Amino acid sequence: MKGIMNTLFGKKNRSRTISFSLVILVYIVIEILMHAIRMPRLFTSLLVPVCCYIIVALALNLVVGFSGELSLGHAGFMAIGAFTAVAVSGLSASAVPNGMLRLFLSVVAGCIVSGLFGLLISVPVLKLSGDYLAIVTLAFGQIIKSLINNMFLGFDKNGLHFSFVTNEVSLENGKMLLSGPMGATDTAKISNFTTGIILILITLFIIYSLINSKYGRTIMAARDNRIAAESIGVDISRTKTLAFVISAALAGMAGALYALNYSTLQPSKFDFNTSILILVYVVFGGLGNINGTIISTTLLYVLPEMLRSLQDYRMLIYAVVLIVVMQLTNSSRIRRFADRITDLFRKKGEE
Amino acid sequence: MKKLLVVLLSILCVLSLAGCSNGGGNDGGNSGDDAPAADETVYVKLGGSGPLSGDAKVYGEAVRNAAQIAVDEINASDSHIKFEFNMADDEADGEKAVSAYSTLFDWGMQVSLFTVTSGSGAAVASYYDEDGIFAITPSGSATALVYTDEKNFPSNFQMCFTDPNQGVAAADYIAQGFADKAIAVIYKNDDVYSAGVYEKFNAEAAEKGLNLVYTGSFTNDSSTDFSTQLTAAKDAGADLVFLPIYYQPASIILKQAKDMDYAPTFFGVDGMDGILTLEGFDKSLAEGLYLITPFASDADDELTKNFVASYESRFGETPNQFAADAYDCVYAIHQALENIGYKAGYATNGLNEDLAKQFTTMTFNGLTGQNMTWAENGEVSKAPKAVIIENSVYVSVDQ
Repeated sequence: MKGIMNTLFGKKNRSRTISFSLVILVYIVIEILMHAIRMPRLFTSLLVPVCCYIIVALALNLVVGFSGELSLGHAGFMAIGAFTAVAVSGLSASAVPNGMLRLFLSVVAGCIVSGLFGLLISVPVLKLSGDYLAIVTLAFGQIIKSLINNMFLGFDKNGLHFSFVTNEVSLENGKMLLSGPMGATDTAKISNFTTGIILILITLFIIYSLINSKYGRTIMAARDNRIAAESIGVDISRTKTLAFVISAALAGMAGALYALNYSTLQPSKFDFNTSILILVYVVFGGLGNINGTIISTTLLYVLPEMLRSLQDYRMLIYAVVLIVVMQLTNSSRIRRFADRITDLFRKKGEE
Repeated sequence: MKKLLVVLLSILCVLSLAGCSNGGGNDGGNSGDDAPAADETVYVKLGGSGPLSGDAKVYGEAVRNAAQIAVDEINASDSHIKFEFNMADDEADGEKAVSAYSTLFDWGMQVSLFTVTSGSGAAVASYYDEDGIFAITPSGSATALVYTDEKNFPSNFQMCFTDPNQGVAAADYIAQGFADKAIAVIYKNDDVYSAGVYEKFNAEAAEKGLNLVYTGSFTNDSSTDFSTQLTAAKDAGADLVFLPIYYQPASIILKQAKDMDYAPTFFGVDGMDGILTLEGFDKSLAEGLYLITPFASDADDELTKNFVASYESRFGETPNQFAADAYDCVYAIHQALENIGYKAGYATNGLNEDLAKQFTTMTFNGLTGQNMTWAENGEVSKAPKAVIIENSVYVSVDQ
């Protein structure tokens, strides 16, 4: 019994237990609510995008928080996952009529392709030290967006047709999968909340398994003191690459889920602003803090929607709230106050 | 333990915020339901979304302002059909457009101005179709708003020209008036609107045998310097430059062309409209600029004069074609509602089909054209007007 308690609530695993129970609890409550009463449309429409952003924020936290490298191009990985998923889903529409199965295939494909791109850019770059990764990922995000902006991909009974920059794809009763700046159109909306939650749980499982493993400890050792880590034989670039590739693959997974939630998707969605937005979620929730990331992403995504009644002042208030909360959470006085309250609770619990 | 506290606090925050917004929504809802039944007056909930914050907010605000004018005019008139108007912010983004649509749906929207921009419209087109809400967009010009390759959205309509139609119209116009000129095109290739117009222009130009000597493109990230494209156009000997782009980058192109002593004929489409009202723009640069637009704010018919006067007095700006299209949308919806005999207790189910039937059979006279009709696929049919800017005003050119 004590052993089970320790695996669940021991110092090392408490955060993991909280993460999983938080996500599962929220899922159960929302599912009950959706079946019991008619939820507002706004609420149901936010569920899947929130799941996507939670996954990609968790992925980014792995790089920024645990590996200590700055990535400014996670929207690019999302884009790769997204458009891969759209293509796979469109191509397999007739072969795999089952939506769930097709969603699974698309998400896996998005995950793999995005992970490969992550590997491609991290292998040379992570051999360097300093801020090079930030610069390269920044450029990478822009390049991916531009590339997809100029891609035309369609298929008909004669197979796949592809053209670059100018649209030379002419189809016989076929379907365009990617049409340049218009992106993907007519995508079947097959994403759903349950899949979103399952993917979050998978993400949490992967991240916790990684950071609690030998590899995780070397990743954090390399972050905390590169020279010390190297001196005891940690292969820095290899550990960082591992974290980065997993992060890229998870971001691609989020992108795939995201893309299949909308009937159209334009490449311009995944611009620099989106990368920064994800970074804001991570910083807001705390670097290396997984539960914080989940909560901050949910809050920051939902907040502007909840402020709609303020009309023109919406974005102003959003910005003010952002600044105030960032200040408050970093203020030592507030922290001391919070600590005193938690101490109070803890003492009561011990009595 | 500390973490648990944070969780609890955050949940409290979310709940209190949710409470706030729901309260606001209900207030709006009640005023509509409480419309007196004895009186014949009936309020129709008119929704719509557009960018009210961010880069593209000028367009969203123009639509909101003009629609508000039309709604106020109708509500002050003796017509028994009046509007409650709610415009939501979608930041010109597909993802936010879905949230904006959901907000409006929760509010109880019955008819809609759809979206202002094409990108967000394409994202919600299927939602309007699935929920059976009639929608007509003032300015979302991509065909994806009204039909896709696979299906037609029967109750989604457009007040503006579609991108392909504009591209074809521009190529035809140039083929008639400037057949012997060497033509350069500069377009924005990460923009649905610009790329859509360009693609059809290119196809039609090839068909008409136009002499295209140079095609240049730019993206959102490179829309502040056009010296490369202009130099290439000049070197290629182009004496007409076709600009299927919005007016902000166009204003920079005009400025840079003047600085390098390059003076071809510039030719724009409806996105060029508004260039004269751009803050800090030297209006002399736009002299001799051709554009195809459905609306000229200095037209001297009674309707235009009244609209421009009330827009200027309320918002301190000259309205552009986005505003004019929005104004027309509200009146067209109103006309259709009157034609179907809308009254209190009218079945909400099927309202979109009745309105769609009405739109495809009626003709409408508005700011942006006379005798407008709509095709089954939702596209409008009206005559494009070409104007030239002389002494900082639009002058119609008739060929």
